[in-house]
Amino acid sequence: MSKPTFVYVTYIRTTPEKLWAALTDPVTVEKFWLGVRVESDFRTGSPWMLKFTDGRTADTGEILEAVPAKRLVIHWRNEFKPELKAAGFTRCTMEIELADYYPDFGGRAVKLTITHEAETAQGAPMIEAVSGGWPKVIANLKSLLETGDIAFSGKVSA
Amino acid sequence: MDLVFKALADASRRDLLDRLRADNGQTLNQLCAGVPGMTRQAVSKHLALLEEANLIATVKRGREKLHYLNPVPIHEIAERWIGKFERSRLDALSELKKALESGDE
Repeated sequence: MSKPTFVYVTYIRTTPEKLWAALTDPVTVEKFWLGVRVESDFRTGSPWMLKFTDGRTADTGEILEAVPAKRLVIHWRNEFKPELKAAGFTRCTMEIELADYYPDFGGRAVKLTITHEAETAQGAPMIEAVSGGWPKVIANLKSLLETGDIAFSGKVSA
Repeated sequence: MDLVFKALADASRRDLLDRLRADNGQTLNQLCAGVPGMTRQAVSKHLALLEEANLIATVKRGREKLHYLNPVPIHEIAERWIGKFERSRLDALSELKKALESGDE
């Protein structure tokens, strides 16, 4: 078997540009990402960081690739749990494509594919940890873009 | 959402999802080897239905196609109904609190 990986897919009734804006705007991110704040200018090579509302750092990394409205790749490491930090860096790829999915939306939707993989087999605990959070974050993102409101209002606890 | 329920209504397809849950990212060959009673065509057809319902995501790696369990649609179903029940329970509690507190005056 290859490296431990998760692949999550959702179809959203929106445009690639609006989805990109949602993923990269700190104010919007805080709404759907369970109270987590993002800090980055989302350019290739720039630092990237997730922070809890109390200011503590949750995760850090680097933008490996940023193609607006198409593709975002983040080199990602946990910072607040020693056992997860020890699991090392992971790579999270977000891909945005137009897709024929919702006939009731003119047959057009945006397909968001999130792939999160560990760099080594040692990274399994980190992939395990993010695998539980991603579906909630994605459901919220979809709900926010389609209805203007989030589905799940819980907060990430440290 | 119809597609999700239709896809989940079949025991063989639920079994395929279970096996991806245990070992994510399998090829068609690997999945076929796990169900000796089913033809390759049948497994392939079930996988196509699961992918159409977005319960499976596929990734091409070289010449291989890897299948991954995608829990996002099931999570959306949970949010639609279970999330709603949680909200109504919170509403009921806040009504109770209001009623009890106004009774003190």
